[in-house]
Amino acid sequence: MSNGIVTSHIINLIDKDSRLDGRKLDQFRDIKIEYGVSAKSAEGSALVKIGKTEVVAGIKMEVGEPYPDRLDEGTIIANVELLPLSSGEFESGPPTIKSIELARSVVDRGLRESKAIDFKKLTIKKGEKVWTILIDAYSINDDGNLADAIGLATLAAIKDAKFPKYDEKEEKIDYKEKTKKGIELKELPIPVTVLKIKNKFILDPTLDEENAMGARLTVTTVEDGRICALQKGGISPLTPEDTEKIIELATKKGKELRKLFK
Amino acid sequence: MPYNKRFDGRKFDELREISAEVGVIPNADGSAKFKIGKTIAIAAVYGPRVLHPRFLQDPTKGVLRCNYNMMSFSGSGERVRPGPSRRSKEISHITEKALEPVLDLSEFPSAVVDVYIELLQTDAGTRCAGITAAALALADAGFPMKDLISAVAVGRIEDKVVLDVSKEEEDYEGGMADIPIAMLPRTGEITLLQMDGLVTLNELKEVLKSAKKACEQIYKVQKDALRARYLK
Repeated sequence: MSNGIVTSHIINLIDKDSRLDGRKLDQFRDIKIEYGVSAKSAEGSALVKIGKTEVVAGIKMEVGEPYPDRLDEGTIIANVELLPLSSGEFESGPPTIKSIELARSVVDRGLRESKAIDFKKLTIKKGEKVWTILIDAYSINDDGNLADAIGLATLAAIKDAKFPKYDEKEEKIDYKEKTKKGIELKELPIPVTVLKIKNKFILDPTLDEENAMGARLTVTTVEDGRICALQKGGISPLTPEDTEKIIELATKKGKELRKLFK
Repeated sequence: MPYNKRFDGRKFDELREISAEVGVIPNADGSAKFKIGKTIAIAAVYGPRVLHPRFLQDPTKGVLRCNYNMMSFSGSGERVRPGPSRRSKEISHITEKALEPVLDLSEFPSAVVDVYIELLQTDAGTRCAGITAAALALADAGFPMKDLISAVAVGRIEDKVVLDVSKEEEDYEGGMADIPIAMLPRTGEITLLQMDGLVTLNELKEVLKSAKKACEQIYKVQKDALRARYLK
């Protein structure tokens, strides 16, 4: 819920290089990652908390036919659900544009463009049978920066995942039996969202700070510093200088966050 | 074929491990997590708040609206498609009916109290876990309530009454009766009663007796969770 007084106070604070919760402009809240939160049901799962923001992600794997133009490749399908359980602002019903944007720009694009997953290795039988990795992320509590939390949670869930046993003769998956084989991640595409408020840039915004933003840019980077996804949001434009500065900030923070997985 | 030993080695009148925690979702007006065995339910309450569309409003009291949902990776087989199904709609409905009798919403005319239940992991007994979590979340939100609601699934396999049915028991080849029950633990009044299977009246009597005992145990865990949050 936006509140005019809080918003103007936040803007004034940020203009003076400080924040409502006392953090530095480029400082994240505490991050916690918990693996295997749905180990009985999901092939992989993880919970990520960034401050009071909480997200869970789960992986299911299915076997199906490949796309006609990619006969020797499996694929991923990414989905984000912004649960009404997680915020008074979210409603039940079909996916909103916000949840579609998060699924496409943060999860799907990050994994695809970084080539983190070798889709060829998901082939069981060329032209006939390939694995599909189904990634679902759910918000549990929204206190801002869902994008980065969802990005970390989906990576953690993929790292946690083990293929279920597949019987090639019967053409059936035995979901009760997990193999030791995991999903190889060749890259860790880490999304970092930077907000521009007045002429300052902040990382890991709270919900109140998101309500005060002019512009937003989510920058997903890989280990060597290359950018694999960008998504701009917010009503204000960004200058090329702004964009450079934001990418610098996000790349630096992305390096730090990558260490959470090592 | 007699059923002499349970698949998971429990005694016939033994619940799986249970735990509860309230206040797990800061944004919500009330929230709780309830685990029974490997089934994990999270519930959040929002409201009272304005009910849309308006024709659903009741000018004499607030309306309780429950929504039960399994996360798409929480099933035992393939991915569950997001969004409501016939099953989840029915469970949402019976959840409302299970909770309404203890809740007094007369102070909130034309408003709605939304209860969202999410299953993070499922291993039988999900509707009962959802109801138990929801009752805690409503108490956490501070609504006037006559009592909590505790719920458990009781089964009958061959000549045995089995408390807190497991997934293997649900799928028992020789056939079984699965009877989810919710009650006011202090009075034993029943607010949810469903059954799949076949039983005699005498067998059902036994089932109800067993459910009462189990709900008392669950009630204790629920009360402890509320105490842990409010009586530090």
